Amino acid sequence: MRAVSINQKPMETGMSNQASNENRHGGKSASVHPLAAAASAAPTESPASAEKNRLLPYRQMTATFFQWLLPPMFGILLFIAVWALISYQSEGLPGPIPTWHAAVALFSDPFYNNGPNDMGIGWNILSSLERVGLGFSMAALIGIPLGFIIGRFAFASRMAAPVIGMLRPVSPLAWLPIGLLVFKAADPAAIWVIFISAIWPMIINTAVGVSKVPQDYMNVARVLKLSEWKIATRILFPFVLPYMMTGVRLSIGVAWLVIVAAEMLTGGVGIGFWVWDEWNNLNVEHIIIAIFVVGIVGLLLEQTLTMIARKFSYE
Amino acid sequence: MHPGMMHSAIKPGADGGTGKPAGIQTTKERILMEKTTHDRYVQLENVNMSFVTRKGTFEALRGINLNIREGEFISVIGHSGCGKSTVLNLIAGLLEPSSGLLFCAGREIAGPGPERAVVFQNHSLLPWLTCTENVHLAVERVVGKSENKAQLQARTRAALDLVGLSHAAEKRPNEISGGMKQRVGIARALAMEPKVLLLDEPFGALDALTRAHLQDELMRIMAKSGCTAVMVTHDVDEAVLLSDRIVMMTNGPAASIGEILPVDLPRPRKRLELAEDTGYNHLRSEVLKFLYERHARKAA
Repeated sequence: MRAVSINQKPMETGMSNQASNENRHGGKSASVHPLAAAASAAPTESPASAEKNRLLPYRQMTATFFQWLLPPMFGILLFIAVWALISYQSEGLPGPIPTWHAAVALFSDPFYNNGPNDMGIGWNILSSLERVGLGFSMAALIGIPLGFIIGRFAFASRMAAPVIGMLRPVSPLAWLPIGLLVFKAADPAAIWVIFISAIWPMIINTAVGVSKVPQDYMNVARVLKLSEWKIATRILFPFVLPYMMTGVRLSIGVAWLVIVAAEMLTGGVGIGFWVWDEWNNLNVEHIIIAIFVVGIVGLLLEQTLTMIARKFSYE
Repeated sequence: MHPGMMHSAIKPGADGGTGKPAGIQTTKERILMEKTTHDRYVQLENVNMSFVTRKGTFEALRGINLNIREGEFISVIGHSGCGKSTVLNLIAGLLEPSSGLLFCAGREIAGPGPERAVVFQNHSLLPWLTCTENVHLAVERVVGKSENKAQLQARTRAALDLVGLSHAAEKRPNEISGGMKQRVGIARALAMEPKVLLLDEPFGALDALTRAHLQDELMRIMAKSGCTAVMVTHDVDEAVLLSDRIVMMTNGPAASIGEILPVDLPRPRKRLELAEDTGYNHLRSEVLKFLYERHARKAA
């Protein structure tokens, strides 16, 4: 839920800033006793407040521009400037302008297909997303119920603690040979790596959520003699949902991180393999484009899940 | 009110023979009453309670003996930390005593049961359910199997009606005031048609005016339903106003029942009339003397 609070806090302070600006503005132009102003404002609109209302959309727009659009634009510009400077100094690293031209050429035909080793960027992104989707959904299907069981029953929690504690810090790629051995194919092995890397945040966050259910709610359940199913659906699930969504968000982030590395090793169609292929062709512009593409897709995935999480939150 | 909400059990105060408050009973009457089960509707026999903590064993209660009559309203009062909530949780079945026995209606208390509803201190409503859904959760579990959907909904509505909250039925707990939340808590407890209502400092978190209002409501509801009640409180006026007997606890650790004060004020009780009533003020000062003279809390 961290991203949510980061997004919300500046918004709140921004609004209070606007409010205080309005107050100052109203105080100056009306220059009446505050109480009298308040009393007169209610029944009839004073000319000052009418003027204020007329100015309000304009002021809001400028405030939004300065608080919300200008800083990110500055950030991006600075980034591009540093990039241009470094590329100017070094040999081989393409600057922003050649990269842009390469990107325009690349995205003008994203879905061409010249056989499995030469497909458009769109196909590569889609097949990476498909692997992530498959591995991640399986991880959710197994990890979330497992998290509920671990959080609900102390015995299960103590049972799982050493195994999870030991396996969680293992680099996901270390699981790739096991996947190759068991599935005897590259594609399921990549999905397996995604599965194993995405499952931990979901298990752990769900279990933490379940263990944080207030004792009061559990006492209510005991007094009302609710069945284990009712406890799960009416108390645990709604309470745990925000925790669970945090786990889901972390998981999709990790899965998207890992897919590039996994595909570099397994090959096939996918953004990770594409990066490696372009490196072999020494097509550095395309590698930089791939970095942007991976970043933007990851950002979109997280934002979508944050939106879903906010929708499901009961508060 | 839905007829099903009403209890057939008649409050002892309502029938002439046994109804005199405990304080003015003759010995003979007392012996006769001891024989009937409703005189010992809730029974605590030599109950001890210890908690195992990291620093060792903490003895919370020692040698608690208490008989509660059917339909009686009992207040448990004492300084904070004296284990009054522990007594309530023991009767609720949320805790098991270290030693001693607890009975309700002649059967040993082993875990929580629908005949002993609890109104929790901090209302403990589920924030993701509306008031109706919160109450319905209690109704469908307790009487769910024997009645159809419409009857269950009628019960839910009746319970919310009883606490005067029909207008807020579809609101979520965070959309209503603290007093209203506690009313939903009471409605949820009453909707289970309990034989014993257990109230854990039900109005402790409310402002004085809301508290007074809810106390009046509770007196009205209790008179109507006639169920037995045990209320934990630290409010002297609340205890005297609502109770038939006040159980005064000594300070912990190893707290026990210090004295039991019968409150022989006639019902229905009116807050304003009682304010000038000598009997009321006498009882009030009795409780105050117990709490601040004989069992004053040591300066922390």
